Amino acid sequence: MSIVAENVTYTYAIGTPAEGTALRDVSMTADRGEWVSVVGHTGSGKSTLAQHLNVLLIAQCGTVTIDGVVVREKSKDLRSIRRKVGLVFQYPEQQFFSETVREEIAFAPSNWGVVGAELDVCVNTAAQAVGLDVSLLSSNPFALSGGQRRRVALASVMAMCPDYLILDEPTAGLDATGIRELFQLLNEAKRGGMGIVQVTHDLASALSFSDRILVLEEGQSVSYGDPESIAAYLLERPVRGLVLPPLVAFCAALRARGVPLPLTSDIQEILGVLKKRRGDDRCDL
Amino acid sequence: MRFMNGISLGQFIPGDSPIHNLDPRCKIASTFALLAGLFLASTPYDFILWGGLLALLSHFSKISIGTILRSGRPVLFLIVITVILNLFWTPGHELFRIGPLAVTREGAVFAFSMGMRLYFLVVFAAMLMMTTSPMSFSDGLERLFSPFSKIGFPASEMAMMMTIALRFIPTLFEETDRILKAQISRGADFESGGLIKRAKSFIPVLIPLFVLVFQRAENLATAMEARCYVPGAKRARLNPLAWRMGDTLAIAFVLGYIAFVMFAERTLFRALPL
Repeated sequence: MSIVAENVTYTYAIGTPAEGTALRDVSMTADRGEWVSVVGHTGSGKSTLAQHLNVLLIAQCGTVTIDGVVVREKSKDLRSIRRKVGLVFQYPEQQFFSETVREEIAFAPSNWGVVGAELDVCVNTAAQAVGLDVSLLSSNPFALSGGQRRRVALASVMAMCPDYLILDEPTAGLDATGIRELFQLLNEAKRGGMGIVQVTHDLASALSFSDRILVLEEGQSVSYGDPESIAAYLLERPVRGLVLPPLVAFCAALRARGVPLPLTSDIQEILGVLKKRRGDDRCDL
Repeated sequence: MRFMNGISLGQFIPGDSPIHNLDPRCKIASTFALLAGLFLASTPYDFILWGGLLALLSHFSKISIGTILRSGRPVLFLIVITVILNLFWTPGHELFRIGPLAVTREGAVFAFSMGMRLYFLVVFAAMLMMTTSPMSFSDGLERLFSPFSKIGFPASEMAMMMTIALRFIPTLFEETDRILKAQISRGADFESGGLIKRAKSFIPVLIPLFVLVFQRAENLATAMEARCYVPGAKRARLNPLAWRMGDTLAIAFVLGYIAFVMFAERTLFRALPL
């Protein structure tokens, strides 16, 4: 069970002076229980790709297959496909329209016909999953703090129990604590079997959490692989707008001086390698 | 799926052409002259000449004739209705009838002229907007209206309001598109159900849009105040408008062309059969 995008090409505003190709021949796969990141600078086409995975846009060339179903313009069941894939837009709290948090979270499941006690279960489960206090359910979403609003927005998508969650710049506008909590929460969702696709320009989070990373530049896929190989690739050939996290750059610098460190920003992993070397080397820790 | 992309009712198309580089006052005045000219023209043959002018404008503005002709599309519905109403409800010599509705020769001629007139009105206005950036457009309007500020007409405030409104149209479209998509991905259904259900389904789009608009307005007001904007205060210009020889020639050409159409209509076209 997976979302597979194959050779997706998409051009905006065909036939007008504003015509522009946003994606060219891009392929990627996201399985359930897996975290895939799409990284690239502003305007690299990553948001366009995200909208393809959620069937908001349909590939003009190439195909998107969701759990074995090929998405086509004429498909009658676009809505049911869309239910499997939740899309959290950038600044998702800007979609709020309800008077209470409960109504806001209930919007998605009730659109798919969930009612009554089942709906309550949906809302409560989603609120719990994002660590939202039950007492907040009856408050006004516009009155909450930024971090809480982001949680409500996330819960409002998770309440439809999607198998995949696409997030477009999920950390934008959050403070450090908010970001850490968000990633914890997404990791838990991933362990619960949800497929996570994170679209971001923040290389650090992509490198620390992803199973696979797709690097986009000017709408084209320049590299696709596990975090370490992506870090190695970006070290060789920097991509505009993507800066390696300091710790990874540090590891790379030590590697160049003969310390066989992995290209990671995971401190524990680095320490582990260094500790192992302590016995047989002059490296004193 | 029909989202809001490609709205083209007179969106500015940046370019470097003789028409783009004209003074906005010249373009605004010429457009008004053309709109007036359209109302003075009354035979269907006039539109051949108006079409010729459009071809000339297309050549000099380096905007393809297709793009120019397409700019009338948003009002096509209005034009069709006008044509149908005039076609069936003008008394005169009956050509043929469909059931109880008679099509008269006068009706056919009048409907054609009316439809074409509406279409050319929109296309000429769109031509102005396509070749004039919103900034210079409102600059031009401000200057054209500035004589009225002596009698208390707030010309520069009006121009500022227009600049801001024009500036935010594309932004609002983008945001509407984003909110629409966000609600669709939360399962909102805008396409099924009766009229009331459909109207109701837009509440989740309208409320967030309103909230955003108010937030934007507040931010903009703060930003403007922070940069010392005072309504009514005298402001210096970044790009002072300069009227050149070319502008005089352009406006003379437009007026001359209108006079030519009028002349052709009164002499040549009157003699042609309808």
